Amino acid sequence: MAAIHGIAYILAHVPDLVRYGSKPYREAVQNPTWLEVFEPHLRTSEAARSYLPHQVFIGAESPEVLKATPRPWHRHLAEPVSRGRWGWIIEEPLVYALLRAADVAQLVWLEPSFEDQARDLLASHPLTQALTWSQPAPRPRGPNEVGGVLPLQWGNRLVGAVRGDHQTDEALTAGVLLENLLSKVTGYLAIQALRALLPDYPWGALPYLIGTGEEAIGDRYQRGGGNLAKAVAHMASLQQATGCDVKAFCAAPIHAIPIAAGLVDSGIYPHVVLFGGGCLAKLGMKVLSHLRADMPILEDVLGAFAMWVGPDQPGTAHIRREAVGRHPVGAGAQPQAIYEALVADPLRRVGLTMRDIDRFGVEMHNPDITEPAGGGDIPRTNYRTLAALSIYHGEASRHELDALVDRWSYPGFSPTQGHVAAAVPALGWILEEFRNHGAGRAMLVAKGSLFLGRMTPQSDGSSVLLEAQ
Amino acid sequence: MLSLRGKRVIVIGDRDGVPGPAIEVCLRAAGAEVVHAVTECFV
Repeated sequence: MAAIHGIAYILAHVPDLVRYGSKPYREAVQNPTWLEVFEPHLRTSEAARSYLPHQVFIGAESPEVLKATPRPWHRHLAEPVSRGRWGWIIEEPLVYALLRAADVAQLVWLEPSFEDQARDLLASHPLTQALTWSQPAPRPRGPNEVGGVLPLQWGNRLVGAVRGDHQTDEALTAGVLLENLLSKVTGYLAIQALRALLPDYPWGALPYLIGTGEEAIGDRYQRGGGNLAKAVAHMASLQQATGCDVKAFCAAPIHAIPIAAGLVDSGIYPHVVLFGGGCLAKLGMKVLSHLRADMPILEDVLGAFAMWVGPDQPGTAHIRREAVGRHPVGAGAQPQAIYEALVADPLRRVGLTMRDIDRFGVEMHNPDITEPAGGGDIPRTNYRTLAALSIYHGEASRHELDALVDRWSYPGFSPTQGHVAAAVPALGWILEEFRNHGAGRAMLVAKGSLFLGRMTPQSDGSSVLLEAQ
Repeated sequence: MLSLRGKRVIVIGDRDGVPGPAIEVCLRAAGAEVVHAVTECFV
C-alpha cells in the first residue's frame, strides 16, 4: 500500500521579480512611475529570512511559536535563517543563476560581470552544485527583441535579461517564458531539497514524476501542453525518470496524491515524486492593499514543494485509498456541500468521524497577506466551517467549536502561490507529528477555483486521509 | 434595517466564504432583483 515518505519545501525570495507578477505588471503598464511607489516596500533578504511564517513553512520554527506571536507577524521578526528541517529559503541572485542553468534555448542572458559570480553561487550551494552552463547566451538586442525582453534586476544592478522566442507567438513571450523557467527552477530546487532529505532513496532508479504547479508550458499550438515534470527530471539528471503534469488549479497536488498512490499500489511504478514549482504571476497579487496599509510587500516569494510517494514502511504516512475525497459535479458549491463531499463522505466510508482526525491541512494562506486585502483569515474560516460541520453531524456540541478548531488547526503560514497554500504546506508538520507520536490521523483538504477559467461555474476540491505507520 | 425589496443587486461571493449562489437565494427571498451573481477566488 502506498505512503508519503517525506516532503521538502522551497521559498525563493525574489523581490525584484515582483514587478513581473500579474497585478504589479498590469499596474505599471497603466502608470510607469508606479514602480517607484512600490519599490520602497520590497523586503530585504534578511527581512524575508527573519519572517516567522516563512520559517514555519520550511520547518525552522514551529506553528505553536507562530500562533503565540502577536500579529501582524511582519512586525515581529525572528533571527534570520536560510534552512529548516525540510526546506530552504533561496536568495534572488541564486535564482538568477539557476535561470541561466535551466535555460536550454539561450533565452537568459547574464551580464558578464555577474556571470562568474552566478557560477560561484551555484557551485557553493548544496542544492545546486551539479549545475553550470558552457556558453554565454547572446545579449538581447534591446526593446525590439523578438518576443520582448524583461530585465533582471538585483536591487539597482542590472544583472541579466530574459528574451522571448517568437515574433508573434503569445505563448513564447519573455513574460511567459520567465514564468515557466521560474516554475522549473523552483521545482528543481524542491526536488533537490527532497533529495537532501531522503539521501538513501533510489533516486537513480526513480521512474516517474508528477508536476502539479500552475504554469502553462507550450507554444501557440498547445498552450499549456505542459510536462514540466520531464523537464525538471532532465535538469535533475534523473536518467530513468519520465513524468507528466496534473492540472486542477490549486487542488492539483491533492488530486495527484491518489494518482501517485494508484501507480504505486498497482505496481506500475514502485515510487513516484510529486512536485510543484513556484508561480511568478501571483507575486504582488495583493500589492495595492499592502501599499494602502503601508506594510511590506509580503508576496515576494515563490513557493515550491516535492514529496516522495512509495510503499508503506514504518515512519511514513499511509494513504487510505478507500477514503479519497472528491467533489462531484452534483455536490453543490456551498462550503457545507464541499466539506460534506471532501471530508464527511470519505470518513463515513471507512467508519470514521471528524473527531477521529488529529489534524486537518486546509487552505493555509498567511493572514498577514489576506487580511489587509479584506480576505480575512482564510485557514481560520475553513477550520471553523469544518468544526461547524462536525457539530451539525452531532459529533460535538456547539460549545466545542473553538476547541475543535484549536485541535485541528495550524495558523496560516503559506505564501499565496495557489497550489502552495492549498493543504500541502501542512504536510511537513503532519509528518513530523506522525514521527514524534508514532501514531496519528490527518486529512489534507484542498479547493480549486475552476470557475476562474471561464469554462464552468463549478468549483472543485480533493482530499486524502493519511495515517501514521 | 436595510430593505432590499425592489432593489437591483450585484452579488460577489467568496470561494472561502459565502458563494454567490447562496447569497443570491437569500437576496431574492428578501425581494431584491439579482442582476448578476458570481463567486470569486480572493487568494
